[in-house]
Amino acid sequence: MRIPLSWLREFAQVPAEATAEDVMAELVKVGLEEEAVHRPTDSVQGPIVVGQVLSIVKEPQTNGKTINWCQVRVVPEGQQQTLTGDGIDPSGVQGIICGAHNFVEGDKVVVTLPGAVLPGDFHISARKTYGHLSAGMIASVRELGIGEDHDGILVLSRIGLDPELGTDAMELLGLYDQAAEINVTPDRSYCFSIRGVAREYAHATGTVFTDPASKVQVPEALSGGYGVKLNDDAPIYGTPGCDRFVARTVRGVDATRPTPPWMASRLRLAGIRSISLPVDISNYVMLELGQPNHCYDLDKLAGDIVVRRATAGEKITTLDDKERTLDVEDLLITDESGPIGIAGVMGGAHTEVSDATTNVLVEAAHFDEVSIARARRRHKLPSEASKRFERGVDWQVADVAAQRVVDLLVELAGGTADEAGTDVGTAPDAVTIELPAEYAAARIGIDFTEEQILTSLEDLGAVVAMGGNGYTVTAPSWRHDLETKDDLTEEIARLVGYDQIPATLPVAPPGRGLTRIQQQRRRLIQALADAGLTEVLAYPFVSKAANDTFGVPTEGTERKALKLANPISEEHGFLRTSILPGLIEVAKRNHSRGFRDLALFEAGLVFLPGDQLGTATIPSLGVKPSDEVLDGLYDGVPDQPLHLAAVLTGHDSPVAPGHTPRAWDWADAVDIARIAGDVLGVELLVAQGRHQAFHPGRAAQLELRTGEVVGYAGELHPKLLAAHDMPARSVALELNADALFEAAADVIVARHISTYPVATQDVALVVPQDVPAEEVLTALREGAGELLEDVALFDVYAGKGIEEGKKSLAFSLRFRANDRTLTADEASAAREGAVAAAHERFGAVQR
Amino acid sequence: MTETLPGAAVPNPLDEAAITAAVDLAVAAIAAAATLDELKAVRLAHTGEKSALSLANREIGALPKDQKAAAGKLMGASRGRVNKALADRTVALEAENDARILVEETVDVTAAPRRRRAGARHPLSTLQDRVADIFVGMGWEIAEGPEVESEWFNFDALNFKPDHPARDMQDTFFVEPPEAHLLMRTHTSPVQVRSMLERELPIYVLCPGKVFRTDELDATHTPVFHQFEGLAIDKKLSMADLRGTLEHFARQMFGAEAQIRLRPNYFPFTEPSAELDIWHPGAKGGPSWIEWGGCGMVNANVLRAAGIDPEVYSGFAFGMGIERTLMFRNEVGDMRDMIEGDVRFSEHFGMEI
Repeated sequence: MRIPLSWLREFAQVPAEATAEDVMAELVKVGLEEEAVHRPTDSVQGPIVVGQVLSIVKEPQTNGKTINWCQVRVVPEGQQQTLTGDGIDPSGVQGIICGAHNFVEGDKVVVTLPGAVLPGDFHISARKTYGHLSAGMIASVRELGIGEDHDGILVLSRIGLDPELGTDAMELLGLYDQAAEINVTPDRSYCFSIRGVAREYAHATGTVFTDPASKVQVPEALSGGYGVKLNDDAPIYGTPGCDRFVARTVRGVDATRPTPPWMASRLRLAGIRSISLPVDISNYVMLELGQPNHCYDLDKLAGDIVVRRATAGEKITTLDDKERTLDVEDLLITDESGPIGIAGVMGGAHTEVSDATTNVLVEAAHFDEVSIARARRRHKLPSEASKRFERGVDWQVADVAAQRVVDLLVELAGGTADEAGTDVGTAPDAVTIELPAEYAAARIGIDFTEEQILTSLEDLGAVVAMGGNGYTVTAPSWRHDLETKDDLTEEIARLVGYDQIPATLPVAPPGRGLTRIQQQRRRLIQALADAGLTEVLAYPFVSKAANDTFGVPTEGTERKALKLANPISEEHGFLRTSILPGLIEVAKRNHSRGFRDLALFEAGLVFLPGDQLGTATIPSLGVKPSDEVLDGLYDGVPDQPLHLAAVLTGHDSPVAPGHTPRAWDWADAVDIARIAGDVLGVELLVAQGRHQAFHPGRAAQLELRTGEVVGYAGELHPKLLAAHDMPARSVALELNADALFEAAADVIVARHISTYPVATQDVALVVPQDVPAEEVLTALREGAGELLEDVALFDVYAGKGIEEGKKSLAFSLRFRANDRTLTADEASAAREGAVAAAHERFGAVQR
Repeated sequence: MTETLPGAAVPNPLDEAAITAAVDLAVAAIAAAATLDELKAVRLAHTGEKSALSLANREIGALPKDQKAAAGKLMGASRGRVNKALADRTVALEAENDARILVEETVDVTAAPRRRRAGARHPLSTLQDRVADIFVGMGWEIAEGPEVESEWFNFDALNFKPDHPARDMQDTFFVEPPEAHLLMRTHTSPVQVRSMLERELPIYVLCPGKVFRTDELDATHTPVFHQFEGLAIDKKLSMADLRGTLEHFARQMFGAEAQIRLRPNYFPFTEPSAELDIWHPGAKGGPSWIEWGGCGMVNANVLRAAGIDPEVYSGFAFGMGIERTLMFRNEVGDMRDMIEGDVRFSEHFGMEI
């Protein structure tokens, strides 16, 4: 909401020297946040004065144009120029070249004298042109920054002005005024008016507020006016769509009269374009009182006005000349011809006032918030009217606003008001709230005095009665947001000042610290960073193709994924089922910025919809749902496990003297996955795996002891890398971190540390090529028995000396007993046991 | 070097002057040896079998009995002097040699290669941990919840009326189909509702996490960002307790001088509501108040939705943006730097913020 200061001053005591910034600094204290300043003098500076064209000499040019060489008097007849400056003629008459032709000798115009500045940092000076010294400019509204019309220069008589020569035109056109733009929260609808903001300014500064509504003389009652019926047969939530309709008629209006500059200037500063006098008056009253209203061309109305819901298929052409098909829930203003307006949202084109209009019907009605909000959303028609109605308008101000429109039409458009008028509807019950005496103090922590409470509430416009042990408060008609004792508590605190609230520190009961899972997650993330990887946070929005590729191991299987109804981009319209697509995007972005050696990781949620998706209905607010309903809500929320993924491209370190960087390979991916397991105390078993995103021969499937698959690691598929323009041999891994957390032991049971001597034995086993080393290792471990302390693979060899199709795996076995020094025979026997197990399972033969 | 050449006259072991001259000659030669090799040659020349002193020593056997003692004493002392000089010189030359080797092994340490990566946390993730630690230190617990949420938890339970403009202001991502009433949470407040439903009273929890709004990414907006929200439900909590908690937190976060300011505002889920500003002495364009987050006393309807009696319990809640906090705390100028995953951004922070 933009507040022109001159307008605010009519109803609040704003110091003469106060700027928009000063006003905003006051308003922010009562909760109206500052947004911007609108100040014409930031771009326009004088001297800009009223002048009269004394003579015009038309001078045709060689280029076919004709220019006017004008003599313009800029001081009253018989007086000398008091302004001084380069190019300002002491005689008071300026010679000016002008290209426009829409004026004649004798017209009063706006003259920008040398030294003036116009919007666009356009400095006016006396300059030689077309063989004359042109000392100034005769200005158009566009050049002055006060309108779009650039057809010609501004002739003051056409906007109803006949000022004395030399008058400061900036003053005349309201260019010294400025506006403060504030943000109005959705609960404070009354602040979408000068009336509401002036009241808040008074609250903020402790000064006097004059209610603009009190300045309007409203008849006690209206009768005999235009026929209006309120026929809502389908109220929403039981609230009638329209509960008040005031209609007034004004006849003999001249709709072509210019809008006076003071009104045009305020509207402009408020951000409203000047359209025509009747429309400008309507908007002006809306801004002043917060009551949207509408002017119909009375002669285009046919029969009684009926406010009703639309019928199926009904259509209307709105003011913006668009035909709209109506919904049966739309609330309409209709006459015998059909719809003439979507209530509270936009009027119809047919009954719109035009230059030819002479008789006007003024509507000021009160509509239900929900009806208007839904219609606005349905028709995507946010308007100044709907903005106010859907937040709530003061029921009591409708007749005042209608009267104000009538008064202005009479005063400015030369109309005559009918004495008869219409006012139908029923006032809603006033809201009364019980506020216990100590309640506000307990909630806020300030010991409010009785006077503070009474003054605050009465300043708001509430009626307060004391009795029992507290206050009975009747909320003002414009404060729909005041419903509970907490609402009143906020108002008291707000008016006394939030800065008065003291600080006390409540003490929480002894806590348990981070949960185990929270600790595990931290450790996991830290461990990957410690291992040299860089954490990034990618968006979870991915394409369908990305989910179908990275989310499922088997090619050609569609990944069940959540689709967004309103994604930022259709291309990334799904929620991720894998972290990898986001990491690959990030990797590519880094590549494009010149970073090829990358080790990136992210821990984040993936979204895995199950069979139940959400709930068909949701419980209403302010009540705890039954356990059954709550269970339904919980169950409807899709699984969202934490995944950990990493992508590595290029090399492990930069080239340096005496150092050869190592290219990341599939084993790094497996290694990092194992680190993730290690730091959580979870043993990850590695099996040869298949996943469509990975190289078919270089993918490890990572499993828990239980056999549960918890992820993949290895080299990404060469085709996929090529398709994504990623470096060849890039590697990746992805793990279900939640599954790891769950698999971690609650308590690690210590192992006995034997200090007896170690017996180490190596063994080389020849097995078929396709036997995984990990499985041979497991066989050795199982076959060796409990004397085996550790076994590790230290070499793989195939080639000369090894039969075709076979490979030699060399293991180092470490034996130790808990209670004695092992003899060479005991160690050898254990080794033989291990070899026998490997032989039995894989036909392994010792080399 | 060796003036006692083979064939030179053998000095008489009783001739003290001759013996002393031979010793002096030997000591001088030892001192003159510049390397261990030279010293070896000197030793052979002056203490070897053919050296003057050895030969003189051998003469003692041939002396009359009464002269043997004097000659033996003289020769013993003389040979002792030479041996000591040799030993000292050996130590000195060995030390010199060791030192020289070390000098020769000098490298340009400034050319050391980086063989290992240090790795880096994302500063948003680090900051989130830091915030959580402050509250855990106050006895609060950390609560978390899903990012795709039921509309009820995100809106209705938080007192957002179905047709109220406040719902539009949240710029919500909805999940298809609309009939399922699922959305991407627009704030971490649904975790507060879950906490109230699931936990025993009193409740003191912090809910950090990712949230989503349909804003296009630019210098100050992002559709995905992070928040932390606090919730305290207890008997007799007041707005003064809220202020005290926020002040304590601000000082932990920004130092003992940190100041906060509360301004009236509106949120459907709190009443009274406030905007929280923090004093930023280092702000560009001079010290100023910076909008940090929103807060207030938990709306009675929110308590009711969780089955908590608002006549018995009251509570406060607050929420701040982690991106925003990082932006003004660490002078991040552009939202995109935090979002795009450029490794330079995270690596500059390392494990710290």
